[in-house]
Amino acid sequence: MNKVVGSIREAISLSGLRDGMTVSFHHHLRNGDYVLNLVMEEIAAMGLRGLTVNASALFDVHAPLLRHIEGGVVTGVAASYISGGLGRAFSRGILQGEVEFRTHGGRPKAIAQGVTPVDVAFIAAPAADAMGNCTGKFGPSACGSLGYAFADARYAKKVVVITDHLAPYPLQGWSISEDQVDYVVAVDAIGDPKGIVSGTTKMTRDPVGLLMASYAARVIEASGLLQEGFSFQTGAGGASLAAAQFLQEIMVRKKIRGSFASGGITGCLVEMLRAGCFESLLDVQCFDLKAVESLREDPRHQEISAMQYAAPGSRGAVVDSLDVVILGATEIDTDFNVNVHTDSSGVIMGGSGGHSDTAAGAKIAMVIAPMFRARMPMITDCVTCVSTPGRHIDVLVTQGGIAVNPQNGELKDRLRAAGLPVMEIRQLKEKAEGITGKPKAVSRGDRVVAKVIGREGELLSSIRSVPQNP
Amino acid sequence: MEIARPASAGTMESSDAYVEIEPREDGLEIQLESVVLDQFGDAIEQAVREVLEAMGVERALVRVADRGALDCVIRARVEAAVLRGRGDG
Repeated sequence: MNKVVGSIREAISLSGLRDGMTVSFHHHLRNGDYVLNLVMEEIAAMGLRGLTVNASALFDVHAPLLRHIEGGVVTGVAASYISGGLGRAFSRGILQGEVEFRTHGGRPKAIAQGVTPVDVAFIAAPAADAMGNCTGKFGPSACGSLGYAFADARYAKKVVVITDHLAPYPLQGWSISEDQVDYVVAVDAIGDPKGIVSGTTKMTRDPVGLLMASYAARVIEASGLLQEGFSFQTGAGGASLAAAQFLQEIMVRKKIRGSFASGGITGCLVEMLRAGCFESLLDVQCFDLKAVESLREDPRHQEISAMQYAAPGSRGAVVDSLDVVILGATEIDTDFNVNVHTDSSGVIMGGSGGHSDTAAGAKIAMVIAPMFRARMPMITDCVTCVSTPGRHIDVLVTQGGIAVNPQNGELKDRLRAAGLPVMEIRQLKEKAEGITGKPKAVSRGDRVVAKVIGREGELLSSIRSVPQNP
Repeated sequence: MEIARPASAGTMESSDAYVEIEPREDGLEIQLESVVLDQFGDAIEQAVREVLEAMGVERALVRVADRGALDCVIRARVEAAVLRGRGDG
């Protein structure tokens, strides 16, 4: 037996995909992904209409999707993250309905529970065998972890694996196994390696970023959580990476052996693993080549599904064992609600990803962000969009000071005692506005273009349309 | 102060502004483009006018391409452009 079919079109046809059904994609190939566009092009050419695209994330490379929306091929979109180039079109209201944003943990939960059932899942697989065992660890388009694709493969009615590296059966070190796969298609290339992972992650030289990063590391040091068994997550942004490096120095100096680091994994965290700062890395997505190589070579570096990573109400999610997570924000308000979906003008340019999952799970959720970006103050009275509720955020670190959520008085006392510049969030807001001036409120459209659905399935926020700016 | 020749100051980097100034027969004309036009457009135009007035510039075309510069940066860029374009310098 052999599941290899001749073309993507043949696989779509065999899958029984019809008008109005839902197709799903994962985003480990990030801005280098060819698969979503290849599949949607065939679906459009086959004359199918009214489909819903459920993707773990959409990037600028997926711009052809906008044409399929205009043409009526696609009438529904669900994602955990939408990059700025596409977000602008959704903010203008290109979709008749509303984009549905879910978190990285909420998305697989909704798929598993049948809230957002998937008819056909397309798995972009850097290596696969003819029976559908597949992984991201090997092949010319190696991307590392396939974490976000596990739920799609497990719960979709039909599963199509698309690969550019067909290996002999049985593939070694598979991530998704053949018992979940219906068809396998070999194509010339599933992605552009340059857009999939970055070669190196550089330490930021931005003095503002470095100052925030050093505060962040000192907050962790003073929090009381930095001891044997410490667990940690951080993003791939400049200041977050720098914070991890400062943290590494502290951990090595104090000989603290942590338990794990989780989430999207960078070379920086791989270095920390090798330096003995952690026993294990739990990897839902690799951000650079060093992480891909480590996942392939080092058994302490383990691939996890998005379910295991972050799904709320599951029998066990990694986020619930996290001590500290470092998060970003485009805006935060004086109640500590965080926006990571839109910019200050309300234009979609991101999404929750694992933001609210990790914030809810971690003992300390720390937001680091500059007081202002391009004159727009980051602290507002009321965020444009609530991505993560303020009750889950413990502390805000900026270059101008640190604000602790009043519900975490103990942390505030500890930071004060450590000599860190702690102030009230309102003071910090006034300090920033003293430098930028107070921005005038901008008007928003009446139409809701996107719904932000919290990790438990509750409606957190509605994102309104933004008129086309000059 | 008279503007004798076209001059410019600043960059198109984020958080900076690029200011161009040109001689004009009569009066002031300010053309403003900004990434924060809705939020700070009025404040930017006022800053430009105040600098021009303080420097005694009464006839000029000033184009500002703002990338989210702070008020002090806008003022410095306008002042530099005026000094570079002045006739009596």
